[in-house]
Amino acid sequence: MRKHRSYRAFLVHRISGVALALFLPVHLVVLGLAVEAAALDRFLVWSAQPLVKAAEAGLVVLLAIHAFGGLRLLAIELLPWSDRQKDWIGWAAAAALAVGAGFILRSFA
Amino acid sequence: MTGTLKVEIWRGAEEGHFEAFEVPTQPSQTVLDLVTYVQRKLDPSLAYRFACRVGVCGSCAMMVNGTPRWTCRTHVNKVAAEGKVRIAPLRNLPVIKDLATDMAPFFDRMQEAKGRFVPSEAAAKDVAVVPPDDPKRKEAAAGIECIGCAVCHSACDVVAWRPDYLGPAALNRAWTLVNDVRDGDRQGHLAAVAVDAGCHACHSHQSCAEHCPVGLNPSRSIAGLKQLVLWAAVRGEL
Repeated sequence: MRKHRSYRAFLVHRISGVALALFLPVHLVVLGLAVEAAALDRFLVWSAQPLVKAAEAGLVVLLAIHAFGGLRLLAIELLPWSDRQKDWIGWAAAAALAVGAGFILRSFA
Repeated sequence: MTGTLKVEIWRGAEEGHFEAFEVPTQPSQTVLDLVTYVQRKLDPSLAYRFACRVGVCGSCAMMVNGTPRWTCRTHVNKVAAEGKVRIAPLRNLPVIKDLATDMAPFFDRMQEAKGRFVPSEAAAKDVAVVPPDDPKRKEAAAGIECIGCAVCHSACDVVAWRPDYLGPAALNRAWTLVNDVRDGDRQGHLAAVAVDAGCHACHSHQSCAEHCPVGLNPSRSIAGLKQLVLWAAVRGEL
């Protein structure tokens, strides 16, 4: 009953949204470190490790998936109906992966 | 195709169990044929609902191996998984007995969505001329053939999550009316679907369109309503 593309797109959008919401407090804590330069520097050195960078790429993909998925929903709801709207799921996923790949290439270049 | 098929059928109401029957297989057998065989030959106390047997009346929808389907047009050989068919009453509706659901909540949503034609004064006076290639007529035509089987209502997870949601069938009906040039209460129809449990509660899962047996696309209708409601709200008409 739920084995179709549009439902899977909904699941990915919901899961990425919840994951980003969970990440947001961590992001704000790190921003809070900026008031003390030494603490922020220590964090930045830690975050430059390859494994942390790779995890960060995962976050970037999550954000891109949620953003492109959201654009897809806006297009469904605000543009004239297109029977090709299911193909947009694939385009959104490809665009998100491309953004993630771009981030990895930049990080390790 | 000869032999027998194991058919598991829901017995009881909200509480109940699956009962297994052995049903002889036939060529071109439908799921409704299986249920009818069980009721006529094996257990006359089985409750289920059907009328036309040819996909017009919309009364025989049931869950077949976990998927809502019109049973009279569903061939057994398309759905029998490992020689077994499990038949249950439609999801998201109260069960009266065995395979018969109470359809009242489904049709109540049609009323709440103001799914009634309200003739305009001009339409009441004379025969309306509606050109077949008029864009609004085309939109209405795309959604008008609903048989009221509740398969979409049953397939929809938003209906499962919030039972007050108007649901795909009622919203699709509202969409056909706001595109009907003879209807005199467009604002009333829009106001009825602009509520919290209305068109904007839809998450665009599109399970309704995936499962509609007559190939309608309620998701498209709901997307159309979302746009009309948005612009009506922006113009201060709602």
